[in-house]
Amino acid sequence: MPATVFKKPNGLTDKKLHYCPGCGHGIVHRLIAECVDEMGDTNDTVICAPVGCAVFVPSYFTYDSIQCAHGRAPATATGIKRVHPDKTVITYQGDGDLASIGMAEIIHAAARGEKFTTVFINNGIYGMTGGQMAPTTLPGMKATTAQSGRDPKLNGNPIRICELLSSLTGPAYIERVAVDSPAHVIKAKAAIKKALQYQKEGLGFTLIEVVSNCPTNWGMTAVKSMDFVRSDMIPYYPLGVYKDVKEGK
Amino acid sequence: MAKVLMKGNEAVGKAAIQAGCTFFAGYPITPQNEVPEYLSREMPLAGGTFIQSESEVAAINMLYGAGGAGARCMTSSSSPGIALKQEGIGYCVFGEVPCVINSVARGGPALGTIQPSQQDYLQATRGGANGDYHIPVLAPATIQEAVNFVKEAFEIADLYRTPVMVLQDGLIGQMMEPVDFDVPVKKREIPSKSKWALGYGKQGDTHFIEAIVMDAPMCEKKNHRFFTEKYAVIEKEEVRYEEYMMDDAEYAFVAYGSTSRICKTAIKVLRGKGIKIGLIRPQTLWPFPQVPFQNKNIKLFIDVEMNMGQMVPDVALAVNDKNKVKFFGRCGGMIPSPDEVVEAAEKYIGGAK
Amino acid sequence: MAKFNVTFNEALCKACGLCMTACPKSLIKLNMSVTNDSGYTPAMMTDMEACVGCQSCARMCPDCVITIEKND
Repeated sequence: MPATVFKKPNGLTDKKLHYCPGCGHGIVHRLIAECVDEMGDTNDTVICAPVGCAVFVPSYFTYDSIQCAHGRAPATATGIKRVHPDKTVITYQGDGDLASIGMAEIIHAAARGEKFTTVFINNGIYGMTGGQMAPTTLPGMKATTAQSGRDPKLNGNPIRICELLSSLTGPAYIERVAVDSPAHVIKAKAAIKKALQYQKEGLGFTLIEVVSNCPTNWGMTAVKSMDFVRSDMIPYYPLGVYKDVKEGK
Repeated sequence: MAKVLMKGNEAVGKAAIQAGCTFFAGYPITPQNEVPEYLSREMPLAGGTFIQSESEVAAINMLYGAGGAGARCMTSSSSPGIALKQEGIGYCVFGEVPCVINSVARGGPALGTIQPSQQDYLQATRGGANGDYHIPVLAPATIQEAVNFVKEAFEIADLYRTPVMVLQDGLIGQMMEPVDFDVPVKKREIPSKSKWALGYGKQGDTHFIEAIVMDAPMCEKKNHRFFTEKYAVIEKEEVRYEEYMMDDAEYAFVAYGSTSRICKTAIKVLRGKGIKIGLIRPQTLWPFPQVPFQNKNIKLFIDVEMNMGQMVPDVALAVNDKNKVKFFGRCGGMIPSPDEVVEAAEKYIGGAK
Repeated sequence: MAKFNVTFNEALCKACGLCMTACPKSLIKLNMSVTNDSGYTPAMMTDMEACVGCQSCARMCPDCVITIEKND
């Protein structure tokens, strides 16, 4: 009698994902669903969608959901979690949403220690709108609004969100992970689960930054884009735990 | 119940708690700072949540979440702060999230002045968010009315699933008057929020607050539904106005908020001179009253506001004769005196009769 | 009999190739003789007997195309 050892988790709908072939969004959606389901919270989760490729997150999860104004998901999640402290509340945000227009909201929600979890997808580019420069675009990386490549003299340098937020007291757990390889995907799942666990224990704000890809707007195949994550993105955005209130970090 | 002498801004806070508001988010801005200050103390005592948000933008987005999650919620601000909230108000409109926005107007544009004005009439009634929409706007003239309107705003917001604005000027926010907090407010039959609010969904019936409808025919349909099922009904059921000394009137002031009280003083003076003048006082600025402007006995409607004439087009449209509509106003924080109003009226009417 | 049974929901596959690169034994390739409704040539297993059930392919797939069963 065969036993299933890997299948699509509960918590994901049957809707076919609209993301480009090989896009990391699909991997992270699945990891979130796996973690939430393993924790028994599929019926008690509210997910806040960003503006960006993931604006359609509500079609992909069987959770209550809300489409937030660009960058404002941390404020909206604050409202939801304060009204329903017993529910698991997740914001899912890209690099434009979180690190550009939403910078004030993420910093202040983190500083207040709001007890929701942010899953931050950092692929160094604006996907939905066709490849413009993001606050996390690497120096030299080409974008439609930095066509010769990002020049720090003109465009400043990229922002490292985990490092920035870990200077605050409100966050309970901050880790940067990646989804470029099976080994990293396993670690990413563990990190997401830990963040959700810390939320459940009411320890404070939690954020998992996922270094991910954008094959279409990077102008690469999916496989090459994961190579680029490994060779260029991760060295600039080092993986690891930046805040862990239980370890006194 | 005994009346309490209270400052307008604080009375608004107390009214909100009385109405069952359990979530307030706001940012300091003159002349409404007493609202968040009062609620920072009283809301936790009432078991609710108070957050001084990082900005007015964050506050309205917190309401989008808290209101979306089924709580009665309110924010408060003034003119440039209300400008910041426009996008968030639009999201509450489209997502059908009930919430109350208390607006205490100061001189404008930009930082303008800190003194009172009515320069946000168009901001309130036409709105600065994108798209076709309306929000009910209630305009109190006394602190008692502010208290009643705040309580009723929560009822209207929940019944129609819409943001509702209570628009005051800085005078009402800052002055003190006796208030009876036990004046009953029309309670509506509101269906349970557990039918749509976040946190109450279940597998097979999850709840979704949406901001985008990619299918254009469906988006148009949603727009149509708002206009036929919400706005047409609100226009019929929720419009409110006061007619003061209009029974025998040949002329009418049109004014709301603090300006209406100045006009009432001017009416006393003008009546003393034999001029039969009354006051039409809109209490809802949207929906704007139509009925009182059909009065064929009125030769001139004199719109008096603390702005450059923002309500004039609405009056002219209701009267259906712009030649009958005149305007007098002060703005930038200047408050018209009764004498100025009398003088302006006499100029239009052509002297005492 | 193969130790593991790896099935591909061909309709969902976008032929991104991440599963192919992930497999430590290079057991997956694109089936060039099939085109799904989205226009992609879906991934397929070439040698089920050789599969050790590491789940690397399924972990990398963004579209939940892959289901893995253990036979015994």
